[in-house]
Amino acid sequence: MENETILRVENLGVSFDGNQVLKGLNFYVSRGDVLAIVGPNGAGKSVLFKALLGLIPHSGKIEWGQNLKMSYIPQKFAIDKELPLSVGEFLKFKKRGQKNVIETLKSVGIGAEHKNDPEHLLRHLKEHVLNQRLGWLSGGQLQRVLIAWTLLDNPDVLLFDEPTSGIDVGGEETIYNLLKKLHGERDLTIFLISHDLNIVYKYASNVLCINKEMICYGIPETVLDPQSLVKLYGGEAGFYQHQKHEH
Amino acid sequence: MDNSLLLQVITGSLIGLGAGYVGSFMVLRRMSLVGDALSHVALPGIAISLLLNINPFFGAFAALFIAIILIWILEKRTELPSETLVGIMFTVSLALGLLLTPEPELLEALFGDITQVTSADFIITLVAVAGMFIVMWKISENLMLGIISKEMAQANKIPIQRINFIFLFLVAIVVALGLKVVGTLLMGSLVIIPAAAARNTSINLSQYTKLAMIFGVLSTVLGLFVSRYFGIETGPTIVLTAGIIFVGTLLFKK
Repeated sequence: MENETILRVENLGVSFDGNQVLKGLNFYVSRGDVLAIVGPNGAGKSVLFKALLGLIPHSGKIEWGQNLKMSYIPQKFAIDKELPLSVGEFLKFKKRGQKNVIETLKSVGIGAEHKNDPEHLLRHLKEHVLNQRLGWLSGGQLQRVLIAWTLLDNPDVLLFDEPTSGIDVGGEETIYNLLKKLHGERDLTIFLISHDLNIVYKYASNVLCINKEMICYGIPETVLDPQSLVKLYGGEAGFYQHQKHEH
Repeated sequence: MDNSLLLQVITGSLIGLGAGYVGSFMVLRRMSLVGDALSHVALPGIAISLLLNINPFFGAFAALFIAIILIWILEKRTELPSETLVGIMFTVSLALGLLLTPEPELLEALFGDITQVTSADFIITLVAVAGMFIVMWKISENLMLGIISKEMAQANKIPIQRINFIFLFLVAIVVALGLKVVGTLLMGSLVIIPAAAARNTSINLSQYTKLAMIFGVLSTVLGLFVSRYFGIETGPTIVLTAGIIFVGTLLFKK
């Protein structure tokens, strides 16, 4: 049975000061999809997210389903090391109670190294994670805390703008695995912007390639053909094309 | 302690408290220089109140209110702090104020004089600081989210522009109050230094805001007594005290 459509986008366009940044986007998203948005730098991926969230004016139609809770993690999320805000205070903004906060931190894999010793894990979370300054977390840890922060709302839809920027290569893979795990555990629809086509093949149910306009849209294995890749990335596409044929 | 001194200590403490609280968020919003320049705008307002024979707080507040509307619009339009424009506007208004202020009152307007504080000043301060605390308490979480990420706050349906405006309004109030204590030239520092000192020594937000308030009160009260003891100007002594506290906290920097 086909899942319910939760987003329908028709002829979406965005312009800033007369410059067309996005035009002619048409796609839809069903509940439970993982939609990856790919494209070169400056293709308008982050702009698309902002338009979907209603943060910037646009033309065309964006139709979300009823009563959806959306959460968004923006790309530029640099926390000043000096910012006097603890992880606990940050998570407390959601007013969901400490028990919930602890459970959510566990579910995003924070303190996973102590998972065999529940008491130790609890102490670790309370003493070392919640009391820590937010700006002192490593890139990967911060990303997990942000994911926990968004999960505290029990969202239906998650929008991640380059979830792995600022994270080392080993850490990237685990963040995507975490997203995959959460997607399985909760009734989540995920939108993610990525520059890495391997990630798209591995995790996304649908892909939308844009470079100011729509280049391709559909199931990654079908639509990411050599032609669209050349159109999307120009000369850079050789690598991806080659790689795809190997599989 | 005579009544007049008691009045000075209490009024000064209240202002230090408010300056510390509002200042703590100004530092986080990287408004240190804006705060400094902003305080200069008050001078023409003070001059006009003196000419009209009304409490200078109201004239200063009116001038500051116009200035914060300007800052708010600039912040809304651009991501970048429009420091050059702010700098020019605010020093020009200082120059205007210097010409307008009657000479006998000029020194007090520039450097403040808490020894001249009246019961009316005390009541205005008490009411304003109490109101400011209630509003700050209501908006501080959303203000903080706006500092962390404007986009994330907007996506969470937080009316960030309105929160920013309310915050700037509180800045205008606290700066106008502080003019009595340290004057238009130095009020920027009474807002910024205690908060900067608190940031050196705190890990979390509640520690930070509380310490900023404590340092604000300590600066005004200690400064007041030191200046009395040595018979020197109060306003500059208060700011110097804040500066010494700041240097002291560098030893405990986190």
